[in-house]
Amino acid sequence: MATSILHRMTGVALYVGALILAGWAMCLAAGPEAYGTFMDLMGSPLGKLVLFGLSFSVFFHLAKGVQHLVWDMGVALRVPAANAGAVATIAFAVVATAVVWIIAAMTGAL
Amino acid sequence: MADFRTPLSRARGLGASHHGVSHWIAERVTSVALVPLVLWGVFAVLRLARSDYEMAVAWLSSPLNAVLLALLTVISFHHMHAGMRVVVEDYIHKRVSKAGLLLLNLFVCALFGALALFSILKVALTGGAY
Repeated sequence: MATSILHRMTGVALYVGALILAGWAMCLAAGPEAYGTFMDLMGSPLGKLVLFGLSFSVFFHLAKGVQHLVWDMGVALRVPAANAGAVATIAFAVVATAVVWIIAAMTGAL
Repeated sequence: MADFRTPLSRARGLGASHHGVSHWIAERVTSVALVPLVLWGVFAVLRLARSDYEMAVAWLSSPLNAVLLALLTVISFHHMHAGMRVVVEDYIHKRVSKAGLLLLNLFVCALFGALALFSILKVALTGGAY
């Protein structure tokens, strides 16, 4: 149940994330100065917080979306299977987010 | 109860709106396509986060990166338009605000999707000339 509304909330968060992606592309097309401003903004503490939330949203929405695709095939619809899917969704989102930020720290992307 | 639908109408299965389940199917098809594209996108962001302007332009000048990013952009904006549309239809019940938000959703997705796609192609095709 909780993962169902989180699926919507992360979807809305990713709507904003796609607009940030559009901003990145527009700044890159506008030249080095605009691109530098964009990268400074996303590299600031607030920008990193936004990116952290977006990375969690990506993995959560992806995992929950896969569960929905499985449901659409008419399988794993009983409560125990649905609950297991919800737990797997949360676990995948947390682990994948942690892995991405560890990779970011190790490769000097932070 | 009498069924007034013709056998042809029943066979087509499109109902009164003539759209049938195309919206529902489009949301599923775009989500399947987005699974690999988004995972690629996460690793692209990890790479771009430690790149300066010249490196980002060189990255986007690769045909594979340009095409994958263009596909990610177009399919994402299509998918998020469909998703936000369902959210508005579920929660907003006043006719005017509902119509207004649905139009706003469409216009925002079309405008920023087009701006992002054009910018990607511009950088990919001109090598960042500005």
